[in-house]
Amino acid sequence: MKNKTNFLPKEGEAHPSRCPDNSAFKQQRLPAWKPQLTIASVLSSFFLTGAFCLAVGVCLVLSANSVREIQVDYSDKCSDCSKLRENSSNWNKECHCSVNFTLKEDILGDVFMYYGLQNFYQNHRRYVMSRSDAQLLGRNINIQRSYCAPFSTYRNGTPMAPCGAIANSMFNDTIDLFYNRNSSVIEVPLLKTGNSWWTDKNVKFRNPESYNLSSAFAGTARPPYWQKPVYLLDEKDERNNGYVNDDFIIWMRVSAFATFRNLYRRVRRIRHFADGLPAGNYTFRISYNFPVTRFKGRKHVILSTVVWSGGSNPFLGIAYLVSGTAATLTGFVITGIHLKLRKKKTYFQKQ
Amino acid sequence: IFFLQIFAFLALMCLILAIGNGIWEHDKGYYFQVYLPWAEGVTSASYSGFLMFWSYVIILNTVVPISLYVSVEIIRLGNSFYIDWDRKMYYPLNDTPAQARTTTLNEELGQIKYIFSDKTGTLTQNIMCFNKCSINGKSYGDVYDVSGQRIEINENTEKVDFSYNPLADPKFAFYDHSLVEAVKLNDVPTHRFFRLLSLCHTVMPEEKKEGNLVYQAQSPDEGALVTAARNFGFVFRARTPETITVVEMGETKIYKLLAILDFNNVRKRMSVIVQSPEGDLTLYCKGADTILYELLHPSCNSLKEETTEHLNEFAGEGLRTLVVAYKSLEEDYFQDWIRRHHEASTALEGREDKLSELYEDIEKDLMLLGATAIEDKLQDGVPQTIETLAKANIKIWVLTGDKQETAMNIGYSCNLLNDDMEDVFVIEGSTSDDVLNELRNARKKMKPDSFLDSDEINIQFEKSSKKQIIVPDEQANGVYGLVITGHSLAYALEGNLELELVRTACMCKVVICCRVTPLQKAQVVELVKKYKKAVTLAIGDGANDVSMIKTAHIGVGISGQEGMQAVLSSDFSFAQFRYLQRLLLVHGRWSYIRMCKFLKYFFYKNFAFTLVHFWYGFFSGFSAQTVYDEWFITLYNLVYTSLPVLGMSLFDQDVDDRWSMLFPQLYVPGQQNLYFNKVVFVKCMLQGIYSSLILFFIPYGAMYNTMRSDGKAIADYQSFALMAQTCLLIVVSVQIGLDTSYWTVVNQFFIWGSLSVYFAITFTMYSDGMYLIFTASFPFIGTARNTLSQPNVWLAIFLSITLCVLPVIGFRFLKTQLKPAPSDKVLLKIKEAKKRPPPPSPKRRLRRTSTRRSGYAFSHQHGFGALIMSGRNMRPKSPFATTGTFSPNSDKYKHKGL
Repeated sequence: MKNKTNFLPKEGEAHPSRCPDNSAFKQQRLPAWKPQLTIASVLSSFFLTGAFCLAVGVCLVLSANSVREIQVDYSDKCSDCSKLRENSSNWNKECHCSVNFTLKEDILGDVFMYYGLQNFYQNHRRYVMSRSDAQLLGRNINIQRSYCAPFSTYRNGTPMAPCGAIANSMFNDTIDLFYNRNSSVIEVPLLKTGNSWWTDKNVKFRNPESYNLSSAFAGTARPPYWQKPVYLLDEKDERNNGYVNDDFIIWMRVSAFATFRNLYRRVRRIRHFADGLPAGNYTFRISYNFPVTRFKGRKHVILSTVVWSGGSNPFLGIAYLVSGTAATLTGFVITGIHLKLRKKKTYFQKQ
Repeated sequence: IFFLQIFAFLALMCLILAIGNGIWEHDKGYYFQVYLPWAEGVTSASYSGFLMFWSYVIILNTVVPISLYVSVEIIRLGNSFYIDWDRKMYYPLNDTPAQARTTTLNEELGQIKYIFSDKTGTLTQNIMCFNKCSINGKSYGDVYDVSGQRIEINENTEKVDFSYNPLADPKFAFYDHSLVEAVKLNDVPTHRFFRLLSLCHTVMPEEKKEGNLVYQAQSPDEGALVTAARNFGFVFRARTPETITVVEMGETKIYKLLAILDFNNVRKRMSVIVQSPEGDLTLYCKGADTILYELLHPSCNSLKEETTEHLNEFAGEGLRTLVVAYKSLEEDYFQDWIRRHHEASTALEGREDKLSELYEDIEKDLMLLGATAIEDKLQDGVPQTIETLAKANIKIWVLTGDKQETAMNIGYSCNLLNDDMEDVFVIEGSTSDDVLNELRNARKKMKPDSFLDSDEINIQFEKSSKKQIIVPDEQANGVYGLVITGHSLAYALEGNLELELVRTACMCKVVICCRVTPLQKAQVVELVKKYKKAVTLAIGDGANDVSMIKTAHIGVGISGQEGMQAVLSSDFSFAQFRYLQRLLLVHGRWSYIRMCKFLKYFFYKNFAFTLVHFWYGFFSGFSAQTVYDEWFITLYNLVYTSLPVLGMSLFDQDVDDRWSMLFPQLYVPGQQNLYFNKVVFVKCMLQGIYSSLILFFIPYGAMYNTMRSDGKAIADYQSFALMAQTCLLIVVSVQIGLDTSYWTVVNQFFIWGSLSVYFAITFTMYSDGMYLIFTASFPFIGTARNTLSQPNVWLAIFLSITLCVLPVIGFRFLKTQLKPAPSDKVLLKIKEAKKRPPPPSPKRRLRRTSTRRSGYAFSHQHGFGALIMSGRNMRPKSPFATTGTFSPNSDKYKHKGL
């Protein structure tokens, strides 16, 4: 290719030569690195990865073990409420239940409160699709044309805000945590905001523009399963209301699996709880609104601390340990086989 | 090729998922309708399952790699260009580069099992060349150095200077100076030898311009002999029906031509009787040694022995030999003989017999003069090429229109046939039964078992009666050759003998078919194509090879002298036969290996990609939810993984061209199609399934019931999708890195480039701006930023890579250690050899010590003697003939003491 200019003048007669160019590319002589599986490279890759995996595995297991986690399944404990909710005509009746638990030791550091759902297929294709991102951006669009059906408009044509199956099925239990200290009950201060991704809160979700929220949502109606319209999700905090409500945003980020947990609240580290949750008796007071019994779902509330590797899930650590061990063992096996073969070879060569 | 299986596999997967969906909708989805009502029109779980089947067909159709076709075409095109561009297949003498005229057959070049070759113009140049001679017990033609060692003749060897002879043919080359010295010293036998060569022939001279002689010879052999005599100073200048004009060492002599005792196939000799200007009557005779030795005078016995030795030597080099002899005749005897000859030639009945009797009467008690050796010039490098191809387990069949003798002679000289062979069978039966018997006897000798009923192939034949039979390869108990004449071939190609011919012939290493018509050439190729599961290649240069070239899987045309028909109907063309080994062993092998690696990798990556959806189906209610972002699915085959695999299949070389030529055994796996067959396909399918399991379950496990390091939830769908697709892309990139054994800059660029393009595109698509502009298209906003910043995401990615790749490394390494394929051993040998300095390129001339007497140098047709004697073919007066205008007595010539 490059040589063409150098090459032609030499042969530059009236009839140019048809001799192909002598370029490394055309002659398939490009300089190349030719890696090969040698015993050294194979063994080093096995032993190095083995050692690395073991090290990482140990770190992961240790850090996962240092995570304190309390998980309470309240779907049975609140059976009265769940029965009440099985009948949809009771939707506006309130139902509360309490779950007690005891901390034997202090939980130090940041404590996060999650709600967990089981058997809730947020990853079903039609469920995942059933939303209108444009609507959630505060744009005035015709949601008839979105995938929100059948949760897009009421029969009279009033659009739902927000529309779609995801929004409609939003988790709407409220969970409060109380610390029972010497017969006095202290409500644990919980943070509602700052629980979602910054991008979701600031880019992906926006309220329609208007002088106030209720007028912004004028002409729309709440989704059928909601108890209050979207502009009343958090009446106290303007920046956590409407579409930009953290609970709503978190719910709208659908889970990849049918069993999942979403961040619900963070313990605010003030006063008694400056170092985390002190040991003692606690009560979850739950306002039970979200029915799950129909499809055999279960609801949990989880209190957990986190470390650099996340929560208490030991899977990654164990998987690393197992892979590391396997790699190292295979390394030894390969060494053994290689030595045996080499012995055989030299034996034959001597013969 | 495997598309049916893949379709079945796809259907099976979809069926499983559809049934799963039916069950799920019945068990769970029905109750989940509070939150997610069934789609409009779906009334039952089974109907939903039915719909889901088609949804999954759409999602999983990526196992059927449609983009494969495009890539395959690109690879083939690229590899064809390499053939066009190869300077080592460019022939500078007639400025001909090799040419790939079809771009769809490259990988088949790496699987050739049978080569069908034309002889003339393909193996040989169709140029006869006076190479050596033995005169009066002295052999000429070899060149020795000072110490008496024989020197190889090459371009640098000094040629004999014929400038003393203005009539010499400048193209004639001879290297042994001693012969010229002998001529110049007026050595009598030498002079007689060349005088014979200038007189005893049926060549017609043509001299359009003075001194510019052109000989029209009936056979190239004769032309070569007369040209040799011409250069050594015995210039055959002109002939009339009665005379022959010869310029002998510058002196024009007119010989009276009294009789031509013509050549025929029985006599295998020809003689002329001439009268010199001095009035001496002499009979000059040349012919096949076997015949002429019977006619010699007893006084020549000692000379005969020496000459025989030389003849054997010549024959051993594959030269075509003739013995020449003379006899002085008594005037009286001759007058009597010519009278009887006249009578016989006018006899009405039994003329032939009478004539031959007469000929025998006079052609006896001959005095031996010596022997000539003519080289039927092979194209350069033909024996080496054939040796190399034979080592590559390629069977070579020569199909030629020549006589059996000539064909076999060439067979020996180009190393097709040699004395190491157990036997060379000659099939020349003239009835169907004869041919059958000959074939059977040959087979019995090669493989006696093959006649037993217990022989597998016989059993197989009985089972599959009449239907399309594929004859498996049979192993003979040694190396054999088979020569079959066109006549016998006609019988053998008839229905009931076909099978016999195929079984026998395919057991032989070499098959030579002589005197075959163009149609038969095609039939032979067709025969092998029909009964053997093998890729065939036909190579030829002339119009008579066109049918064969078109019939074979791959046709190769030699773009030589014989016009363009062969080239025009061929798939590949080049100028020299020896380029065939480069075409097959280098280009063919590379193309094949590249294509196989490409297919393996392509299937692997698509399986790994698609099956993750399958596993996800079990966790997402069989709802046809995809694991990855739609954009990733679109771009995966198109952008992220297309270039690295193309780079590999355009540049990969396991060993470079030099080694693949030095170790032709490396070609064998291609013939057996070892690099891509059902087993390999299943293997890469299993590897794909394994990878997809890792790629799904490691991210799943890593995300299950855990959270990010800042306490936020991690297990959302978008994060999982991003994690899974990042894992997948890195794993397949590492895998292509493992498969690539030849990392050029381009490969590096493609692989690293694809990975960085992936990240660049991902971050772009998941950016705020894209979301705000195309809200509906890019809902993954922020996922990349938020997820890829998590340490446990990267740990999961690393673990998936380790688990996908390490087993492959271990498996490949152990396989070469524990169960090395023959090609692995060769590669190991090469690896060891590479540590040492490269061996000198082998440039030895093939020498064989053969006791076989080679064919005699005649055209094997009845001669033109009668025609010449009648004078009917002569012009009444040729301008320069007989007048002797040429005066060669130049000063230079005399100066040299002649």
